[in-house]
Amino acid sequence: MRRTLPLVIAFGIGFAMLIQYFIPHPISENFYNVIVQQWFIIIFAFQFVLALRSFFMHHIRKISQKKEGYWFSAVAIASALFMAIAGFATKRGPFFDSLYKYMYAPLQATMFSLLAFFIASAAFRAFRARNLQATLLLVTATIVMIGRVPIGDYLWKGMPDLVEWIMTVPNMAAMRGIRIGVGLGAIATAMKIMLGIERSYMGGE
Amino acid sequence: MNISTSPWVWIAALLTLMIYSFLYKENPFYRLAEHIFMGLSIGYAVVIIWYNYVLVRVYKPLFFPPHQWSLIFPILLGTMIFGIFSKKYTWLIKYPFAFYIAGYAGISIPVTLQAFVLKQVEASFLTPEKFSSIPGSINSILIFVGLITTLIFFYFSTKREHGFGTAAKVGIVFIMVAFGASFGYTVMARISLLIGRMQFLIQDWLGIM
Amino acid sequence: MGFWQRLLKLDRRWIFLGIGLVVIFPLIYPLKLPVKPTKPSMDLFNYIDTLGPESDAVFLVNGSAPSTLPELMPMLQAILRHCLTKGVPVIFFGGLYPQYIGVAKMAIDEIIKEFPDKKSGKDYVFLGYIPGVSAVILSIGIDIETTFGADYYGIPIDSLPMMREIKNYSDISIVIDISGTSSPEYWLMYGQERYGVNFGVGCTAVSAPAYYAFLQSGQMVGLLGGLKGAAEYEELMARNGYPTGKRPATVGMDSQSFGHLLIVLLVILGNIGYFVTRRAEKTRGIEQRRKR
Repeated sequence: MRRTLPLVIAFGIGFAMLIQYFIPHPISENFYNVIVQQWFIIIFAFQFVLALRSFFMHHIRKISQKKEGYWFSAVAIASALFMAIAGFATKRGPFFDSLYKYMYAPLQATMFSLLAFFIASAAFRAFRARNLQATLLLVTATIVMIGRVPIGDYLWKGMPDLVEWIMTVPNMAAMRGIRIGVGLGAIATAMKIMLGIERSYMGGE
Repeated sequence: MNISTSPWVWIAALLTLMIYSFLYKENPFYRLAEHIFMGLSIGYAVVIIWYNYVLVRVYKPLFFPPHQWSLIFPILLGTMIFGIFSKKYTWLIKYPFAFYIAGYAGISIPVTLQAFVLKQVEASFLTPEKFSSIPGSINSILIFVGLITTLIFFYFSTKREHGFGTAAKVGIVFIMVAFGASFGYTVMARISLLIGRMQFLIQDWLGIM
Repeated sequence: MGFWQRLLKLDRRWIFLGIGLVVIFPLIYPLKLPVKPTKPSMDLFNYIDTLGPESDAVFLVNGSAPSTLPELMPMLQAILRHCLTKGVPVIFFGGLYPQYIGVAKMAIDEIIKEFPDKKSGKDYVFLGYIPGVSAVILSIGIDIETTFGADYYGIPIDSLPMMREIKNYSDISIVIDISGTSSPEYWLMYGQERYGVNFGVGCTAVSAPAYYAFLQSGQMVGLLGGLKGAAEYEELMARNGYPTGKRPATVGMDSQSFGHLLIVLLVILGNIGYFVTRRAEKTRGIEQRRKR
């Protein structure tokens, strides 16, 4: 029952939403409106509770077991509470906006900007033209890197047009092939979910 | 040089430099900044969800006229997610997940087929309009050949013999060009992120630019 | 140890320093190399340029988190400036994830300072976060007012003058998703394909190569790819006499150019070193086998 009923629900709602696409009748449209605007949106919101639980459980466990670096977990929890209290106390006022603009945004932006350094290091140490295919990849990458920036146009007037041709012809053809494959794969996975063949989203017993 | 006097800018600059200290060596300042970020992220999301969603779409429609009592049913299904807090009732979360994930699967099938398969195939057909000029003709044929050979390359259910093997090899050429282009663009993206932070440090903090 | 072997063993922190310097130097001493717009950017610009105060609204979606701010914020601001200058009604949706709202608020707060005569609810509407991702995209196609209830500031949608004539996608001229994730694919499937609304994209450079297929098939009106795409839009704004602000994307292009040159140089040096040391090892191996 615990396994069967969810599978029945999965098949029922999946099939209903699939055939609804082809039925323009007002009852079908109304069913779609209610499911999308109420059920899906509300259920999705509850999943945020899982994220909260995960965050607090992980850090509280680290603190209670006094694992290495546990006081960083205390900082994480304190930051979360500080941001939430600031938001509720000021009703999303300027102080809350400033916390986002001058603390959260710079932290995330800087973390991701570290990738520039690592890609430079990887370019020197790892990107090797070991065979014909790798050479083709590196040559194309070099042409695109130079041609897509103003210095490419400065060095050779035809460079931007060459890059545009690479993007709109060979790149586009291969990406389209990959996209079609991904699309067909996604449809197959969706069918498997609806038919109960794919059950990993339900977890264990 | 016109160094900023705003305490907020100094806080942002300090946090930026704490993260960049990782480039020399991992250190407690970096880990401190990382954990502050984690906490701020969760705290921010809670506030936004409360004000933009819970108050407007759940609390007011339920408790203020005109009461939308029909919302109780999806709320009940959603609360089954709380079953994860108890080992005895964890199985309850299967119901909302089955509803949600399978419902999306059903919605996605026709639109995925249309947008990612049929429209893409349609755009690749060699119609007479595509042969209106010599460059256009060559490009259209190349796109067609590239698409077919790429699909052949990813078809692993047949032996790579005779023409099939040759077509797969041609497909690899197109795929490598595409991956090379993607790599070039990826480098562009990463450098752009660094440029943004440097612009902040030089312009907003130090006032050099 | 030969020169190439020593070079290949170079501490990576020197490379970090190098990339930092080639990015910083052009920001302080700019070359101001000209930016040449490409067709995908021009297509999007020209589409918006045909709109006016009597046109259907532009639905601008922020898909930028702080991690993609440098690439996408210039695009958001340029398009907002373009629409507000032309008097095109703008529905600015803060984003499909809660962390995006802050970026959207930063963008709109900055731009509105340049347009003090533009009023929220009358010339533009700023919508906040609703959970659901794809469900939100589908729900907008049914009814925007039911989807959001109120704007970011808590004012009911049905009381906003601009929203009186706007119910769903059929009252929108174009949806433009400025995104650092794969959300344009969701907007394409659940918005453009299901409801037939015109669709344009501004994306990080990582995602741009994959979207050329949709440009060619006509499913997308135009595409801005990465910081270069943002710089192209700024250039088009300048060429057509629109306000451009500080042009942060254009300012960054010199650093972008030199950063790329350094990466190419590192790839070339790394490969030369690899082949030279590999040949030296092979030669040494052959000699050792001969001696035995």
